[in-house]
Amino acid sequence: MTSPLEQKKIRIAGPSVVTANRTWDGAVIYRTAARNWSADLTDAAIVRNSDDAKALLAESVADDLGAVGAYIAPVQVDDDGTIAPGNLREQIRRTGVTIGLPVQV
Amino acid sequence: MYAYDEIDRTLVNERVSEFRDQVKRRLSGELTEDEFKILRLQNGVYLQLHAYMFRVAIPYGTLSSDQLRRLAHIARRYDRGYGHFTTRQNIQFNWIKLAELPDALADLAEVGIHAMQTSGNNMRNVTSDQWAGVAPGEIEDPRIWSELLRQHTTLHPEFSFLPRKFKIAITASDHDRAAIKIHDIGLRLVKNEKGETGFEVLVGGGLGRTPFIAKTIKHFVHGRDILSYVEAILRVYNQYGRRDNIYKARIKILVHELGIEKFSREVEEEWQHIRNSSLQIDDAVIEDIRSRFSYPAYEKLPHMPDELRQAAADPAFEAWRKNSVAPHKVQGYSIVTISLKPVGGPPGDATAEQMDALADLADKYSFGEIRVGHEQNLALPHVAKRDLPALWRALDKLGLATPNVNLISDIIACPGLDYCSLANARSIPIAQELTRRFANHELANLIGRLHINISGCINACGHHHVGHIGILGVEKNGEEVYQITIGGRADENAALGNLIGPGVKFEEVADVIEDVVEAYLALRERPEELFIDTVKRLGVEPFKERVYATR
Repeated sequence: MTSPLEQKKIRIAGPSVVTANRTWDGAVIYRTAARNWSADLTDAAIVRNSDDAKALLAESVADDLGAVGAYIAPVQVDDDGTIAPGNLREQIRRTGVTIGLPVQV
Repeated sequence: MYAYDEIDRTLVNERVSEFRDQVKRRLSGELTEDEFKILRLQNGVYLQLHAYMFRVAIPYGTLSSDQLRRLAHIARRYDRGYGHFTTRQNIQFNWIKLAELPDALADLAEVGIHAMQTSGNNMRNVTSDQWAGVAPGEIEDPRIWSELLRQHTTLHPEFSFLPRKFKIAITASDHDRAAIKIHDIGLRLVKNEKGETGFEVLVGGGLGRTPFIAKTIKHFVHGRDILSYVEAILRVYNQYGRRDNIYKARIKILVHELGIEKFSREVEEEWQHIRNSSLQIDDAVIEDIRSRFSYPAYEKLPHMPDELRQAAADPAFEAWRKNSVAPHKVQGYSIVTISLKPVGGPPGDATAEQMDALADLADKYSFGEIRVGHEQNLALPHVAKRDLPALWRALDKLGLATPNVNLISDIIACPGLDYCSLANARSIPIAQELTRRFANHELANLIGRLHINISGCINACGHHHVGHIGILGVEKNGEEVYQITIGGRADENAALGNLIGPGVKFEEVADVIEDVVEAYLALRERPEELFIDTVKRLGVEPFKERVYATR
């Protein structure tokens, strides 16, 4: 199987993070600067150019045991450093479904 | 209900042990994700946006009350208290943990349920009419043949690595409730001039990126030859199907590129090699399967019991009865469809509490049997008419008596971008808003039969191509945009809908659908002319004018 690194050239248009799903339970996680994973987007390592993105993705994909399906996702970073998902898909992954669940957890 | 034998039970239990070992090796790092992915897919485990999704097979849509209770248990113990019934008579759980999946599978195996071949490039769950065995006028119970195909294709080595997934649906009624014309193979039970049972065989149907309505490849294949004929189709597909391009890998593309005549010649040639082999079905095999389906000991009951006559005075009951109760082949009984489309609710979802309560109601009123339909509703197939008022009161308390079956708020929708990793746009919130807009039952009845289908991406899990009104969500410049089609249908006269114009924004979809419906009400020749017939008579233009004149 082709690895994500080989699938296409990596180009980013703005600040980005690496996100994946945690292997044992599938939860959404983000790669941190400390080469670990966090469920909190605010802990994510932010990359701002394609070389850094490629390097972050490479070391994320190498952790095959901890995470599944790592990829680069856009984020928005405000002047005060607040990070927010860069598109609706990532917003939904971060905050959950946009509908009321049939059973409230 | 079908009673599994020792072979089935052994097979299911062995699969649980096998998968338990595979999960253990994945979680220990012995298996990489690349190695594990195909194994989890063979057991119905996808990775979605928020979590793993677990798809459980409900063969030909038949469940016992014990099996439904076990699904409720899975929802409660391993998930978030609900499940989602799909357009292929499966159920999906959206929040399951990989580490707990083997235990969930083991719990399911205790009641004869599994998740084999609910994903991957193999033969998927064989689906059928949810009214099978009870519909008046049926040739015979199509589940007998569905079960035959299920047994033959389960873990069949030749069909475990097909170019792409493969779906079969079977119907035995004039009115097609199984949507056979949008399946890779559609089978329609028929009788020949000698009165023998056989099949009209259709091939090459499917939706997705390149939609096609299935074509008839053979008008009559004798029942004893159906395995060899289906196998001949699969062999031709396996040999010539595209493995180099996932978008061209389904059999519909092969049938289209070869042409139905050439494709059928290839199948015929292959069939001649194998039809007089062990694949020819002995009558005893069919009888054995038939004998394993148990049918209720129906009572001799009046056509119009007093209980029903008295309850007719209640307008709310009558509204539900007229909408959700259908004739049964046995006098004094009815088929009851249970809408899983409450106003403002996600289509096809049921909570664990609802599933448990429905299982109890099935025991009390439907000989312990429940059916799942591809429209994402459930059915109780054997309800005595005298029990209808009591059943209605019980369903109403559970929020399961919405009288909107086949009406505009009975919407088929995929999970969309709220759950699905393939989706580009949300489906469920669109469906929810539409159910609110058309919540008034008088208005819904005035509009009459109208099917809305919503998909959140081109893969078309919501069957938008064949909705009377189809809604397809796409992503354009970072925004959700929805393309509207009209004129599609999934029944015996299956057709693909036509686009009415440019896509519209998320916020505009419900307004546009209201415009389409208002146009229909103004354009129909008489109240009995259904939406689909008005579209057929007038085409897209008048609807397009109405929608886009002010936009």
